[in-house]
Amino acid sequence: MNECLQTIADYGLRSIGIGERLLPRTDFTLCQQFVLIGSGLIWNLYFVILSLAFGFVLANGLALAKASRNPWLRRPADGFIFVFRGSPLFIQFFLAYSALVLLPREGVQLLGLTLPTGWLTRAWAGALIVLTLNTAAYSAEIFHGALRNVPKGDLEAADAYGLTGWKRFRRIVWPTMMRLAWPAYTNEAIFLFHATTLVFFSAFPAIQQMGDSLYYASYFADKTFNPFVAYPIVAGYFILLTLCLIGLFGVVNRRLNRHLPGAAKRLRYRPNLFR
Amino acid sequence: MFAMCADPKALEGLAWMLCYLTSGTHMLFYASFGTVLGLLAVTAPAALLLGFLGALAARSPVAPLRWIGRTYAAIVRGVPDVVFFLFVPIALDQGIEWLRSRVLCDPSVPVRQGNEFVVCAAAKMPLSTSPEWVHDLYGIALAVAAFAFVFGAFAANVLYGAMGAVPRAQLETAEAYGMTPRQIDRRILIPQMWTYALPGLSNLWMILIKATPLLFLLGVEDIVYWARELGGSKTTTYAYPHGDWRVWYFLALLVFYLGMTWISQRLIDRLAGRLSRGQATMAGEAMRKAGTTA
Repeated sequence: MNECLQTIADYGLRSIGIGERLLPRTDFTLCQQFVLIGSGLIWNLYFVILSLAFGFVLANGLALAKASRNPWLRRPADGFIFVFRGSPLFIQFFLAYSALVLLPREGVQLLGLTLPTGWLTRAWAGALIVLTLNTAAYSAEIFHGALRNVPKGDLEAADAYGLTGWKRFRRIVWPTMMRLAWPAYTNEAIFLFHATTLVFFSAFPAIQQMGDSLYYASYFADKTFNPFVAYPIVAGYFILLTLCLIGLFGVVNRRLNRHLPGAAKRLRYRPNLFR
Repeated sequence: MFAMCADPKALEGLAWMLCYLTSGTHMLFYASFGTVLGLLAVTAPAALLLGFLGALAARSPVAPLRWIGRTYAAIVRGVPDVVFFLFVPIALDQGIEWLRSRVLCDPSVPVRQGNEFVVCAAAKMPLSTSPEWVHDLYGIALAVAAFAFVFGAFAANVLYGAMGAVPRAQLETAEAYGMTPRQIDRRILIPQMWTYALPGLSNLWMILIKATPLLFLLGVEDIVYWARELGGSKTTTYAYPHGDWRVWYFLALLVFYLGMTWISQRLIDRLAGRLSRGQATMAGEAMRKAGTTA
């Protein structure tokens, strides 16, 4: 037991570079596998939380642009969504990385300022950008579909109350759009969470062996030639966190539907695989 | 390929590019697109079959079979597919070698010795004496199994939902006509479920297309492998020296996948029209009203 506490102290934050430098090499204990793989989850959570947050804002803008009558707004949004939804995330990672390493090492000169570029090729920035743009495209498609399904009656009622422009959007259209989109958006969040495991398996290198949970799991599986321990641990962690994610989105769903009689049911996650 | 390509150093401009793009390694790169298409052609029916069996098992009146079917359909909800792509091939490989070692080797020798997985030479899969292509084919077969397993679970989900969506009245009418459960499944349930399954299955097809680059993770020499190999900067010791061109190769892959998904979407839209014909759904009703025969 004490030994395991020591392992937690040594490797609990290993994935962000705090603690023991060297990874265990021989005599792997179950505790080490649980701790290191759990430590890797920090990266999975980092990627999913930040890219969901940034992607959500971007997706709202894109959905409105896609629904706009102005072709100068609609066409670019359509193109962006087509490119990011039509190609594999894995290829997007590779393309982004190989483009980012082409930026000059010494930085870009802009208005007399030297902007450093090295950080863009690191996973924490580069992969985060790709994941954000990717989820923005998928979410925008979901939000756009929901926007088109906002009931006509709601808009007529808003007109009758004299609500117009921004106020009508903020108080009537947007909440309804969110309410309709939420189940599909929950699905997208889960897909995105699972997709974060791809980051360190695509082009982005894990510097000083600071990787995500799957990175450590495959490290253990490679070293022990035994896939039956490390991978089930990852799977267990992901099932738990996916359930947490569903719970969290369910709370929001209840809040979005609180005015509807009998709709305060739990959000049932039906994986309709819209991705 | 062309006679003029014999001395690449003497070439310039367009001729250089033409020779570069038809070099031997580039031919392997183009052939690897075939690997991807081949994988799709093999995996899609295999996954559909697995999914179909999974969905039937999930509806089975036999409890243990039902649990297996439900669990199988549920696993993809909680666990990233990449985990399965890494796990299934190695687990399958070790499972096969373990079974063979129990039969072909001395069964008293344990297979796991410390951090090693050891079987005797006779139980190796494939045998170390077998030619290179057998090893390659075995690797691809394991990859196909991994893909079929994951996408079979997705498909089981979709088909299970679709079977539940066929109107109860249809099945009850069949019962009233005195059909046996098997006849109902074959004549009523399965023909009608496709229209409900199509949106899910077409999505699945799109996800499958977009999952094919993950072959790279399984060590198959696929398009991602060649794009990295060919795109990396080449010094003058190579026949065709160039800088870091990976971005162009990956751009080509991106365009390839965009084309694949675009064409698929067109085909799916047409198929959806055909399957809606004569169905008791909104789309079918709209078609009937419009009097189209499309």
